[in-house]
Amino acid sequence: MRVLESKPNGPSAQLQPAEDRGGPAQPLLAVKNLVKHFPVRDPFWVRERRVVHAVDGVSFEVAKGETLGIVGESGCGKSTTARLLARLLMPDSGTLVFDGDGVDEFGGLGLSDYRRSLQMVFQDSFASLNPRMTIEDTIGFAPRVHGLSPQATIARSHQLLERVGLLPAQFAARYPHELSGGQRQRINIARALALQPRLLVLDEAVAALDKSVQAQVLNLLQELKREQGLTYIFISHDLHVVQYLCDRVMVMYLGQVIEIGPVEQIYNAARHPYTQALLSAVPSMDPKRRTAAPPLTGDPPNPISPPSGCRFRDRCPRAEAICASSVPVLSALLREPGIGVHEVACHMMVPGSGHSAAPAASVMEIA
Amino acid sequence: MAVIASHLLASAPPPPGVMVSARIVSPGYWRSVGHRLVRDRLAMFCAAVLVLLVLAAIFAPWVAPADPFKASMLKRLLPVGSPGYWLGSDELGRDLLSRLIYGGRLSLAMGIVPVAAAFLIGTSIGVAAGFIGGKTNMAVMRTLDVFYAFPSVLLAVAISGAMGPGLSNTLLALTIVFIPQIARVAESVTTQVTQLEYIDAARMSGATSLTIIRLQVLGNVLGPVFVYATGLISVCMILASGLSFLGLGVRPPEAEWGLMLNTLRAAIFNNPVVAALPGVMIFITSVCFNMLADGIRSAMDLKR
Repeated sequence: MRVLESKPNGPSAQLQPAEDRGGPAQPLLAVKNLVKHFPVRDPFWVRERRVVHAVDGVSFEVAKGETLGIVGESGCGKSTTARLLARLLMPDSGTLVFDGDGVDEFGGLGLSDYRRSLQMVFQDSFASLNPRMTIEDTIGFAPRVHGLSPQATIARSHQLLERVGLLPAQFAARYPHELSGGQRQRINIARALALQPRLLVLDEAVAALDKSVQAQVLNLLQELKREQGLTYIFISHDLHVVQYLCDRVMVMYLGQVIEIGPVEQIYNAARHPYTQALLSAVPSMDPKRRTAAPPLTGDPPNPISPPSGCRFRDRCPRAEAICASSVPVLSALLREPGIGVHEVACHMMVPGSGHSAAPAASVMEIA
Repeated sequence: MAVIASHLLASAPPPPGVMVSARIVSPGYWRSVGHRLVRDRLAMFCAAVLVLLVLAAIFAPWVAPADPFKASMLKRLLPVGSPGYWLGSDELGRDLLSRLIYGGRLSLAMGIVPVAAAFLIGTSIGVAAGFIGGKTNMAVMRTLDVFYAFPSVLLAVAISGAMGPGLSNTLLALTIVFIPQIARVAESVTTQVTQLEYIDAARMSGATSLTIIRLQVLGNVLGPVFVYATGLISVCMILASGLSFLGLGVRPPEAEWGLMLNTLRAAIFNNPVVAALPGVMIFITSVCFNMLADGIRSAMDLKR
């Protein structure tokens, strides 16, 4: 790497980890009503401008030190959400609040400070490493940009290499194509840690690895989290991995959150028909308990023109008239201090919604 | 890259007596490309030929056996191997060897200078457009497409015709001809590279766009663009000679391979070998440039 101009000695020059500001009760990241629509490239004679509803009003919070899993089938907006969180994409609307500071807004947290606190590990371990940079240069890139001296950068990247379980003497000077997939993903993790972030967004970070390597990398992630007090957002379609790693799980369908709650609640007492179908699709280890119910049929609807009302209704076995006419909102089913909040967006769960399976409306709500 | 490597070399010498089997110090990308290139025999041979040609052109007054402008009506179109005229003589009885050596000066300059200038400008435009993307990219590339739409010969003739004859005008015209071609290659490679996740990762590091381009993009873009540009050198030499033939570039009696090829064309039936010699020089030069470019490309491809 050639020598970069060092930045003037700002607060970032020393590379101190960002400190906790709001205390443990304040969510590390609060996402409010995130929307991203991608315009469809129509020929100019098409009158109406169509958009893909990639992410449509997603709100959630990530507590300090927890691991939030985001699951859903391909195309449901998981990765778009990740890129919106990292500000690699600009949202059409919605706000991000990081430890009490609005991100990229007046008087809030600047984008560069935000990105130091939030780093991302990508799925494709090969595409996410520059083929013409050695491992140590790749890991050292961010510290170097933030004004660390060449020697300190080398020391830092060797230290990180060692931390992710790769001998610096053996690997520092190698190029990405000289490594295996698991090793490359370790490099990606090391690079993400180089700026001592507080929140790591792992976008299908272990999906491309085979099972044994996956387990090693997951264990590494667990260790790092404990050691450095990290918070993870773990995006995956592997429900086993999510169950193993996550404290809370968020289920997305067609750009919206349909269920979110503690991992035991989701895995043992899922309420949304889609979540139930998703979980029943996981092959059972016990042949006596093989899946009996027919799996979900059909594909997700076209995100350019999602169905009215509940977006899941045309695949839902229990859809009724109300599902087409009104949009179910995320509402809390359970709010217990020990377990956490379990929210679901389904008319069957809302008292007095008009769905035949909904519980009777309580007196309070009628009044 | 080299700077960091040298720091490491200075700060961490291997302890004496300890076998260091693995490389601790990264040699840096460009240095390892250099090592690989040196081991490529064909590329090195071509490089040697090119160096020889350039040296001969630079030191022409000392190397050339005779005055390249001294004509003789009695010794016109002597065959190759005639005493005093090793490579024969041209249609005005001038020593062909001397003219070929002197001709290298203009020919090489007119082949290399416009391509080098267009490489610098075209790569800058293409990389910037590709990295910024979106509507800016569209606007820049469609504007360049206007130039691209004309055949290069026609464009070169039009530009240098408009600016008038003369060496510098010809160089300028050729540069303008090659800018859109190089910019287009640079743009397409940059667009591909910019979509890759390591650029996203670099953005996450908080680096400025300029730093990302310099340290993450260029290394992946320059290779293919450089190889493409090297291939243009021979095209440029031929275009330049075409302009000379039309009286827009170099004018007789100046020695230049393309011009010599054109003036000797009448002698193709009387003395085909001599008439072909300037063409052979152009051929050797362009083949050497292409082979060298090939060697550089495979040296830059670390996987092989």
